[in-house]
Amino acid sequence: MATVEIRNVRKSYGPVEAIKGIDIAIQDGEFLVLLGPSGCGKSTLLRMVAGLEGITGGEIAIGGRVVNHLDPKDRDIAMVFQNYALYPHMTVFDNMAYGLKIRGIPKAEIRARVDKAAEILELGRFLDRRPSQLSGGQRQRVAMGRAIVREPAAFLFDEPLSNLDAKLRTQMRVEIKRLQDRLGITSLYVTHDQVEAMTLADRILVMNHGVAEQIGTPLEVYQRPASLFVAGFIGSPPMNVLDGRIDDRGEAVLVPGGQRLPLPRPRPTDAGRPVKLGIRPEHMAVAAAGFSIEIELVEALGADTVVYGRLPDGETLLVRMAGIPTVRERDRLTVAPQDGALHLFDAVTGRRIE
Amino acid sequence: MQRRVTFDNRLLPYLLLAPQVAVTLVFFIWPAAQAIWQSVHLQDAFGIRSEFVWFENFTHVLGDPNYLDTLKVTIVFSVAVTVLAMGVALLLAVLADSKIKGARAYKTLLIWPYALAPAVAAVLWMFIFNPDIGSFGRALRALGYDWDYRLNGGQALVMVIMAASWKQVSYNFIFFLAGLQAIPRSVIEAASIDGAGPVRRFWTITFPLLSPTTFFLLVVDMVYAFFETFGTIHALTQGGPGKATETLIFRVYQDGVVNNDLGGSSAQSVILMVIVIALTAVQFRFVERKVHYA
Ligand SMILES: Nc1ncnc2c1ncn2[C@@H]1O[C@H](COP(=O)(O)OP(=O)(O)OP(=O)(O)O)[C@@H](O)[C@H]1O
Ligand SMILES: [Mg+2]
Repeated sequence: MATVEIRNVRKSYGPVEAIKGIDIAIQDGEFLVLLGPSGCGKSTLLRMVAGLEGITGGEIAIGGRVVNHLDPKDRDIAMVFQNYALYPHMTVFDNMAYGLKIRGIPKAEIRARVDKAAEILELGRFLDRRPSQLSGGQRQRVAMGRAIVREPAAFLFDEPLSNLDAKLRTQMRVEIKRLQDRLGITSLYVTHDQVEAMTLADRILVMNHGVAEQIGTPLEVYQRPASLFVAGFIGSPPMNVLDGRIDDRGEAVLVPGGQRLPLPRPRPTDAGRPVKLGIRPEHMAVAAAGFSIEIELVEALGADTVVYGRLPDGETLLVRMAGIPTVRERDRLTVAPQDGALHLFDAVTGRRIE
Repeated sequence: MQRRVTFDNRLLPYLLLAPQVAVTLVFFIWPAAQAIWQSVHLQDAFGIRSEFVWFENFTHVLGDPNYLDTLKVTIVFSVAVTVLAMGVALLLAVLADSKIKGARAYKTLLIWPYALAPAVAAVLWMFIFNPDIGSFGRALRALGYDWDYRLNGGQALVMVIMAASWKQVSYNFIFFLAGLQAIPRSVIEAASIDGAGPVRRFWTITFPLLSPTTFFLLVVDMVYAFFETFGTIHALTQGGPGKATETLIFRVYQDGVVNNDLGGSSAQSVILMVIVIALTAVQFRFVERKVHYA
């Protein structure tokens, strides 16, 4: 068990900079999720921690020891790969025991540790099988087992669930959460699935184009997204974003169409400033006055309903309502944001305005 | 899972097979049948009459102490060529598979020798090892080492082994490289995270996963060493000095074409055929069991 510190870490592939300076200190026993769209550099960062990828700049320390120049084998970490990367010529038992044998652990203890892991992961019946004789979910569990028998300083996961079907994914997600609570081993978990991120993480690092857009707890990231990018990436359906301007007295936001939405507290220094206004679909409600929309599409999800409305100026506005639909396509509806549901972002930089 | 291709036309499959069947018939089955027929006949000196003699040719051949010497030379030669050609090719393929500078040029250069005719290759080796004009041969003599493969049987054998292996290295290299590249990188990475250094990774992960390729090449290289090295030996040493580099296949030629003993030569061909069939069967029976097909 250990802390993992990433200090101003950079990675370049020739002229291309994939990681542009990331800083984060992961606490002992913390579960950190790296979340971001495809190609943003999540795997690259994880592989640098593992030692599979060289570090162009900055420092990585595991348990207080700088590991920049250590081989993967000397970093005391375990990794679960997206394609599981099991040893195809070895049995499930040997797959899990491989790392222990190399470390010269006595046979009896290897047996005990593998049996224990197999019990936790319900793999007991499969110990003599080859990976090719297992289902996808079982292989995934063997990959997890191989990581936990090692009792490493940190776990690294690179999209471990993305090859499973939706149901199994949910099941394994819960299992990973349970394992982490039980073992309390520092974990870095890469995913582009926000549900996985929200449910597993102690903290989320939202990445975009090789930079950390925001680091925070799942609720912080949801309630106070640090940038337009985070606002759009977290939450489903995504946040509505409208162009707006703070009025001359700094008391409200004006949006095209004449709407005037009062600010929770006045900000006279920002009077006249152009902004981007964010409102989550679930924070919109039917009201007497507000945005008038024409309904284009109604998606009934069962527990709730997503309404796609069109504003008079042609912009789309999403509204999420509880329960089954009470409106139909081509209906007209007036909706307004709930109190305190406004997010303001700088119109140029996209950074959050507090 | 096997994929099945079905043809609408009933004739088409046979038509597609025909060229391969024809080649096999004309160049393998027919000569083999002829060899078997001749091995139980005795021809007169002019090749006009022949007489059925049962197994006389075989008892003659097997009773000849020279033949056993040839067998010994063949075993040493074949084992050495197979081990050397596979070992060197595997080493080169592992190097080419790792990230080295100029890997492309290096791969191309390694494949070239395979395109060379045995006789041309042999001339090349002569230019290197000839004690009078060969660069390496002269260097050895200049250093005071008594190098002359035309007189020293051991040296001659070493030289033909090297020449024969060198030609097969290219072929093995291509297969080993393809085999290595088929191993998922993440499996090797998983092993390094599990704590295995490069040497252990090679022997516990890479080598076992390469075993289907290794097994295939083992069979091919044995057959190569037995049958296809005739050209190399013929061009370099003609089986000499004495009979130091005379392998079974070379002796077949020597007795049949040069000494005109068609019956004896055919009997030897048949024996050779039986040996290779037996060897291949043994390899499939015992070695393949240890092979892991992923
Ligand atoms: N070996 C390489 N050479 C050059 N560029 C690379 C290399 N590996 C990755 N990259 C680039 O670095 C960036 C980050 O890649 P990375 O694999 O970390 O993305 P990711 O966030 O894991 O994406 P995904 O969700 O699709 O797995 C990408 O733009 C990719 O093209
Ligand atoms: Mg990735």
